[in-house]
Amino acid sequence: MTISDIQDQIKASSARAVVEKVIAKAREKADYHALLNLTEERALQRADDVDAGKITGKLAGVPFVVKDNFLAFGAPTTAASKMLEHFDAPLQATAVEKLEAEGAICIGKSNLDAFAHGGSTENSAFGPTKNAFDTERVSGGSSGGSAVVTALDIVPFALGSDTGGSIRQPASFNGVVGVKPTYGMISRYGVVAMASSTDVIGSFTTNVADAELVSSIMAGCDVRDMTTLPDFFQVQTEVKPGQKIGLIADFMTDGVDADVRAKVNQYVDGLKAKGHIIESVNLPMAEYALAIYYILVPAELSSNLARYDGIRYGHRAEAVKTLAELYGRTRDEGFVTENKRRIMIGSYVLSSGFFDAYYLQAQKARTLLINQFNELFKKYDLLIGPVAPTTAFKIGENTADPIKMYLGDIMTVPTSLAGLPAISVPAGKSDVSGLPVGVQLMGPMRSDANLLALARSMETI
Amino acid sequence: MTQITRDDVLHLAQLSSLELNDSEIDGLQVDIGNILGYVQQLNKLDTTGVEPTYQITGLENVWRDDTIIDYGISREQLLQLAPESDDSQVKVPKVL
Repeated sequence: MTISDIQDQIKASSARAVVEKVIAKAREKADYHALLNLTEERALQRADDVDAGKITGKLAGVPFVVKDNFLAFGAPTTAASKMLEHFDAPLQATAVEKLEAEGAICIGKSNLDAFAHGGSTENSAFGPTKNAFDTERVSGGSSGGSAVVTALDIVPFALGSDTGGSIRQPASFNGVVGVKPTYGMISRYGVVAMASSTDVIGSFTTNVADAELVSSIMAGCDVRDMTTLPDFFQVQTEVKPGQKIGLIADFMTDGVDADVRAKVNQYVDGLKAKGHIIESVNLPMAEYALAIYYILVPAELSSNLARYDGIRYGHRAEAVKTLAELYGRTRDEGFVTENKRRIMIGSYVLSSGFFDAYYLQAQKARTLLINQFNELFKKYDLLIGPVAPTTAFKIGENTADPIKMYLGDIMTVPTSLAGLPAISVPAGKSDVSGLPVGVQLMGPMRSDANLLALARSMETI
Repeated sequence: MTQITRDDVLHLAQLSSLELNDSEIDGLQVDIGNILGYVQQLNKLDTTGVEPTYQITGLENVWRDDTIIDYGISREQLLQLAPESDDSQVKVPKVL
């Protein structure tokens, strides 16, 4: 279901009728556990305002869903955690405000790994989201709920956040388009912070044109997020012929399932048939990207999550006698094990005596990785590869071994560390399992529009 | 492989203001040791003379006018978010 399909329905009936239908469908599909809370009352009120002509804009009446780490009115912002289970935000994320200013209607908040720590939504304090194609499998994560509501055609678009692959991997697992924009393209104000140097927010849609529309609305400078870049995103009608594309050989090894590689190769053949030039390239630092990521991200998030102390908002432990006990018990009760694991790793790598060996070495290694990307972009317009080494895995399959779970991020973290735009687009279904496979297009900073234009030219409807 | 003792786990928990359940400590000891072992592969890299990355957009000195942004949020609204408040102040247990 595309945005224009929904707009046709609104024209033929009313915004209220459409929003009621969407909410009914969300309830009907409750078994997937993609949504944590509906924002029904507020959504219907806004729909009435659209019908009365009080709300207008490019997305007037179009329903959408936000990952539940976006502050948005109408239901608590839980971050899928006990810590924020009852947290009603007093303000909204800039991205939500911008979409609402164009008339869009948020109908609910989707499930995620608690505080976006994970790659399957199995770390949600409220239970996992099921895959849209096979309910015994994971949705991917951490933005699993947003991917599934889009894939199930509940809403035409949903928002997610991506720190190391959290939009791209669930998009791949559920056969939808997932966009991780250039770092700084879209304001993160009002989104629960994880790792500030790689956090970005982006969209899930069923086609590329909708991603372009939503991105163009959300992009731009925000005085409330001082890392935002001046707006550079301009939808590119057509892709220039003869794009030079590097196929990352390090991502096409035995470590990636053969059925995934087969679909990527098929997509590459399609690009060649359109006259683009594909060459195999090497990104040797990719081997180290996951190690860099699992030093820097825990370090940053251990600082960002220090704010959850049970004092000003969120959960507070009961029957405690001292302040230290209040902090310790509140955080023990409010965080899931994966949150604690990452916070403690962060504390370790930032400790005096270990800082140089871990954090500083990782930041230097990050420079080497960025340099390799820069070298490649002197010769190539963009890079291509798989999104994840596998299709959606079974619920419970990887939960016993955190490193096995982390390895699923191996092809998405390099671009996160470099701040580059990367999108996951459907590349068909696995010949082995019939599950969706995504292909990843990655470009230099600010090349978002080119990646999307190329992906759009490859869509077969 | 990095040896992480039970005492190390408790020390890290204390640094992180986490009062762990006994049931979680053993698992975290194994996992944290494994993860630190994994990330140590970075020691193989020669980074002599390489500048660390501190930011990736190239933005420098982002200024804004020194004016108060009105977020439209009242003191009462913020106090309502606090788990416990009294006489328009956030209430906490005694510190000492």
